[in-house]
Amino acid sequence: MINEIFEFLSYGFVLRALLVGVLISVCAALLGTNLVLKRFSSLGDGLSHVGFGASALGVSFGVAPLYIAIPAVLLAAFFLLRLNKNGKIKGDAAIALVSSSALAIGITAAKLSHGMNVDINNFMFGSIYTISGQDVVISVALCAVVLILFSLFYNKLFAVTFDESFSFATGIKVSRYNTLLACLTAVTVVIGMRMMGALLISSLLVFPSLSSGRIFRSYRGVILGALLVSVSAFLIGIALSFVFSTPPGAAVVIANLVFFLIFWAIGAIKSRLGRKR
Amino acid sequence: MPIIEVKNLCKSYSRREVLKNLNLSIDRGDHLYIVGENGTGKSTLIKLLLGLLSPDSGEILLSSVKKNQIGYLPQQTEIQSDFPASVREVVLSGTLGGKSVPFYTAKDRLLARDMMKKLHIEDIERRSFRELSGGQQQRVLLARALCATGGILLLDEPITGLDPVATAEFYHIMEQLHHEGVTIITVSHDVSCAVHYGNKILHLGHGEYFFGSSAEYAHSPLGQRMLAGGHCHD
Repeated sequence: MINEIFEFLSYGFVLRALLVGVLISVCAALLGTNLVLKRFSSLGDGLSHVGFGASALGVSFGVAPLYIAIPAVLLAAFFLLRLNKNGKIKGDAAIALVSSSALAIGITAAKLSHGMNVDINNFMFGSIYTISGQDVVISVALCAVVLILFSLFYNKLFAVTFDESFSFATGIKVSRYNTLLACLTAVTVVIGMRMMGALLISSLLVFPSLSSGRIFRSYRGVILGALLVSVSAFLIGIALSFVFSTPPGAAVVIANLVFFLIFWAIGAIKSRLGRKR
Repeated sequence: MPIIEVKNLCKSYSRREVLKNLNLSIDRGDHLYIVGENGTGKSTLIKLLLGLLSPDSGEILLSSVKKNQIGYLPQQTEIQSDFPASVREVVLSGTLGGKSVPFYTAKDRLLARDMMKKLHIEDIERRSFRELSGGQQQRVLLARALCATGGILLLDEPITGLDPVATAEFYHIMEQLHHEGVTIITVSHDVSCAVHYGNKILHLGHGEYFFGSSAEYAHSPLGQRMLAGGHCHD
C-alpha cells in the first residue's frame, strides 16, 4: 500500500490537487474562524450556491467558470453583508433567498444550453483531480492574496469580530473589515468549490474552527488549531478516498467530522475535570 | 475649559424627537452619571458622543481628546459569551484605534500590561475571557477601554448582570479611577448610586432634563422623586 501511495503521488495531477487543497484548507480555516465567531457561518454556504449558479451559467455560455464565478460571488458577498446590516430581510433569510435563486438560474441556464453535463456535476460534488495548470496558477495567486491580507489585518479582524461597537468607537473602520472578510471568503469559496464541490465547501469553513474551539481558549490558539485540523483532515481525507476509492470531497468532510467528534469529547472531558478541581 | 461641551444638541429618528436642545459640560476629572428611563435617549447620546451618529443640530465640542480616544465600555454582546480570546488579546485590542501599523508595538504591549496591573488582572492574562466571572470580564473590558483612551471613560450600564460583590468591587474601581483624575461618564439605572458616586448628574426624561451637581439633583423635585426608597449599598 505504501508503494501505491508513492505511485499515486508521482502523478502531476495528484500533486496539483494536493497543493491547491492544502492552500484552500489553510484559507478556509482562517476565514471560517471569524465567520463562525461572528455567527455568520451560513455565508459560506450561500456563497457556494451562488458560485455554483455562476459557474453553470459560465459553462452554458462557454466562458471559463472561474471568470464568471469570482465576480458573481464577490458581488453576492457584498450584497449579503449590506442586507444583513440594514435591510428589512435578515441575514439568514437573505442567504436562503440568494442561494436558492442562484442555484435555480444556473441549473435552468445549463439545461437550456447543453443539458446537465459532466461539468455541472463536478461543480456540485467537486473534481479535485481535474484541476488544470492554469487553475493552479490562479488558485495559488488568490490564496496568497487571502493569506497576506489576513495576516496583515489579523489584529483588526480580531477586534472587529470580538466587539464591533468598541472597535467602531476607537476609530476602526468596521464595515471595511467586514467587507474584506466577506470578499476573502468569496474568493476562497469559489476556488474551493472546484475541489470540494458547491455542496461541501462550506464544511471546510465551519468544521476546523468549531473543532479547534472545543479545546483552545485563545483566539490565536483557535486559529492555529483550526489550521492544523483543516490541513490534516484534508490530507487524511484524500488518502482515505484513494484507498477506498470514494469521492475525495466527501472523504475530507468525513475526516473533519471525526476530528470534530474527537475534539468535542476531549473538550467535554477537560471541562468536567476542570470543574472537579 | 470643559473637556466635553454639548450645545443645543438635537436628534430625532423618523420624526420622533429623542434629544431636544440638550446642553451639558464635563470638566476634567468629573464623574458624570447619565440616568433616565428607557427610551429617553441615553444610548443615542452615547452614540453621538462617540461619533457613531451625527446630530441633527447643535454641537459636541471636545478639547484635548479626539472622538476615537474616548474609552468605551459597551454592553456585553451575546457573541462574547463563548468567544475564545485570552484576556491579553482582549486588552491589547484596545490599543488598535487609529493605528496604521497592522501589528502591536512594544509600547502597546507595555500599555496593556500597565492597565492589566492597574485592574489586578495581570495574573489571569492567559485565561480565556469566556471562562471568567462577570466581574472579571468587566475589569478586562475596562482595561481595554483604558488602553484606548486619552483620559475619558464612557461606560454603558456597566453593572448590569453583576452580582452584589462584583458590583461593589466595580464601584470601588470607579472611585479609584476618579481619584486618579480620569474623567468618567456612566450610563446607569441606579439613581441612588449615581448620586453617591458621581459629582454630576444628567437626568434624561421625556421632554424634561436635569443637568447639575449630584447635590443639586438630590434636592431637586425630580431627584427626590427618583431617590425615594432607594439606597446605595456601600
